[in-house]
Amino acid sequence: MDVELRGITKRFGSVTANRDVDLKVTSGEVLGLLGENGAGKSTLMNVLCGLYSADEGEILIDGKPVAFAGPGEAIAAGIGMVHQHFMLIPVFTVAENVVLGVEPTGRFDHLDLRRAREQVRAINDDYGLEVDPDALVENLPVGIQQRVEIIKVLFRSADVVIFDEPTAVLTPQEVEDFFNIVKGLRDDGKAIVFITHKLNEILEIADRISVLRAGEIVGGGEVGELNAAELAELMVGRPVSFDVKKTPFDPGEVLLEVEDLTVLRDNDDLAVDRIDLTVRRGEIVGIAGVQGNGQSPLIEALTGLRRVAGGTVRFKGRDITHASARDRHKMGFAHIPEDRQRTGLIPAFTIAENMVLDSYYEDRFSAGPNMRWSAVNAAAAQAAADFDVRTKSVFNTVATLSGGNQQKVIVARELSRDTEFLIAAQPTRGLDIGSIEYIHSRIVEAREEGDGVLIVSSELDEIMALSDRILVMFKGRIVAEYDGASAEKGVVGLAMAGAAA
Amino acid sequence: MTQIADPVQLQARKLDTGKVRQARISGWALLGLAALVAFVFGQDVVGDATFRLSRPNDPLALPNLVIPALPFTYIVAAILAFLGVRLFLQGGVRWTSLALGFGLFLAVAAFLVWATAGKSFSLTGMLQATVVRAVPIALGGLAGVLSERVAVVNIAIEGMLLAGAFTGALIGSLLGGLGGLFAAVAVGGLFGFILAALVVTYRVDQIIAGVVINLFVLGVTSYVSSQVYQEHRFLNNAPVFAPVKIPVLGDLPVIGPVLFYQNIFVYGAVIMVAVATYYLFHTRMGLRARAVGEHPRAADTLGINVYRTRYVNVTVAGMVAGFGGAWFTLGSVGRFDENMTGGRGYIGLAAMIFGRWHPVGALMAALVFGFADSLQQKLALLNTPIPSEFLAMSPYIATIVLVAGLIGRARPPAADGKAYVKE
Repeated sequence: MDVELRGITKRFGSVTANRDVDLKVTSGEVLGLLGENGAGKSTLMNVLCGLYSADEGEILIDGKPVAFAGPGEAIAAGIGMVHQHFMLIPVFTVAENVVLGVEPTGRFDHLDLRRAREQVRAINDDYGLEVDPDALVENLPVGIQQRVEIIKVLFRSADVVIFDEPTAVLTPQEVEDFFNIVKGLRDDGKAIVFITHKLNEILEIADRISVLRAGEIVGGGEVGELNAAELAELMVGRPVSFDVKKTPFDPGEVLLEVEDLTVLRDNDDLAVDRIDLTVRRGEIVGIAGVQGNGQSPLIEALTGLRRVAGGTVRFKGRDITHASARDRHKMGFAHIPEDRQRTGLIPAFTIAENMVLDSYYEDRFSAGPNMRWSAVNAAAAQAAADFDVRTKSVFNTVATLSGGNQQKVIVARELSRDTEFLIAAQPTRGLDIGSIEYIHSRIVEAREEGDGVLIVSSELDEIMALSDRILVMFKGRIVAEYDGASAEKGVVGLAMAGAAA
Repeated sequence: MTQIADPVQLQARKLDTGKVRQARISGWALLGLAALVAFVFGQDVVGDATFRLSRPNDPLALPNLVIPALPFTYIVAAILAFLGVRLFLQGGVRWTSLALGFGLFLAVAAFLVWATAGKSFSLTGMLQATVVRAVPIALGGLAGVLSERVAVVNIAIEGMLLAGAFTGALIGSLLGGLGGLFAAVAVGGLFGFILAALVVTYRVDQIIAGVVINLFVLGVTSYVSSQVYQEHRFLNNAPVFAPVKIPVLGDLPVIGPVLFYQNIFVYGAVIMVAVATYYLFHTRMGLRARAVGEHPRAADTLGINVYRTRYVNVTVAGMVAGFGGAWFTLGSVGRFDENMTGGRGYIGLAAMIFGRWHPVGALMAALVFGFADSLQQKLALLNTPIPSEFLAMSPYIATIVLVAGLIGRARPPAADGKAYVKE
């Protein structure tokens, strides 16, 4: 089945997410749709799968124009989508998730789960997916959850399969398995759209590439005709450098010493299991690992946001295991939290207010019960200028900023004072290449100034580029340690998947 | 330079987990109960407590249950103390809730024995009242389950119960009991539909929409009952459904009168709970409804109409609540009094939470609340030294104790309370 988008335009209020987009994908090929976050890739695909309706333009299936009133109709027409954020119901079993919406039923609307399980097993066998139909989705690792999404699409006998940023949550090994599945689907005659902002992946899996920037198609072609640098330039709109410049590694005294640290999750499961860890001055320690292996609880424990269940944390020789977040802040901790909109910022507050969330009580910003707003605004304007936050005014709410600028507000707040130790969790998640470059340079700058830096990221490339020392976290433990300069990506990737343990 | 961690057993280490904390708190609670039983109930108890199980003219009569009060009190105190100490000694990660539940049951038994010492008390009568009084709470809880499973928080159950009670009395007076019952169900459904329109289509905050409905119903019904009913008393004089005895089963001792000699509201509640359980967990529509409550966007991407599902479920929930409301008038006293539901809708919500958003759980929880309710009513007859005002608090105290202390980590539907915006 061939699908063609012709002249698609989609607006949200005054914002145009897609402008006059033409796109075509044919049976038996993988179309790579490349673009930065916010370029309009997901919007475009949501139009194709019936979730949004286009303001202009038309969709053609095998040359015939179609209109979808809702996702149900797109599914019926054979278009299936695997969303970036999985559309799975965590408390349902695999079989229930797969059949939801097209359930086999008996008398009295009775749900025939036995038949559902058999159908899931049949798809399992056809494509070698190996998923237990009775497992609860919330207990499955993300790699398997993604297979459940694929089974869902196949169960609805889709001929066109859209993958929206499918590899963001996978380990390198899972990515390899996933690519094999995609190739299997392609060879089976499916038309596949693969959306990503990762150049190396698209060069590996796609047959043809289209690049989307600011809602418009800006170029593309067969995969052999294009190289990574050209694609990056098309995607960003200017030449891009991939390297991070660093001075030679010359660590100083030990700043942070973690011994035997144990941290529990909210449900009392073990999250961090007796971790030992040191960070020295002038050193960037990167913690690699697939999300959900205890990195977030570790960061929360180190920043004083989560109770420590056992072990000690020392900072410059002082025991801070149970120190409050504010005490740590006063000692020179800076923290870039992993979820900027949930824990990093208050989206409905202005930029200026967000800039002083950590220091509003200091004498320079407040006098008794009163805020010194003029001082706050002046300091915020200065910090915004210093840290390249692109906004017309610091009185705008943070919610109006792009992700990159939001992240810069956090970096500005955390680093525009004397710091000694920086903890950055997923510092560039979901950002455009320009912002990533900028934030990386700031992190390296903190190191050059003699701060200790601890970075947690699920992007292995980021860890490899920045770290002087790489630790790999797996199931709450540090399972491997590598020298930043000499580590090999493949080896670290294997350790992330638990091979070293 | 790779260093590899060695796998070590986890059990050996002491972790300061929430479970241990919970066990410790439960241990203190049990010891406190033991002290209460021993020193308060054990102080001035004389004679035997006599519990009547059958009426003299029942076909299968059971002898009275006679319990010597003082020894029973001390045995209960000893068991409670043992359970409490055991939680401390073992760090009691297992069976904590069970021990606490059993301890509470024993404490209530000791309380009953203490209150009855030297007198006699109809146990069967109290259990029968328990079931009857659990009905509106169970139906309120079931209405809550049906709407919260599609992620609509239904504070308006109180108002729907009150509307059902009012309509049942009014239409029941004019057209007879069955007419009143149907009208009550219809009006409950109407308010369910209004709630759905407010929160689904107009995305009013769900709590506020519910409170608005409650205040509206309270205002209208209070006005009519104080102004109109005073003059036209025939409008507030509805027939009451008589108990229906189920053949054979109704003659069994104790469980006969408790379970099989009740009016249609009791049978109706049990049937509705069974049907709702089947609907939610064994049908296609139920699967879709739960999907809408857990992850509406996922349901939407699969072509399930989120808005329609919510409308239907919340409207049906309103009909269930309307049926439960009719119990207050058509199933009980036959006339409407101002604010006669007295917060049973809110207790129904507590029953829903305590029952973990499951129809059967809500029914069981409602029985606990019904027990507290009937206990206060029957104890008033026994002349205990406790003032009747305090006894009247017992259903509400039970609510607080159960919701705050016992339920642990109940998990509501993930999207509960959130409006779904399609685009």
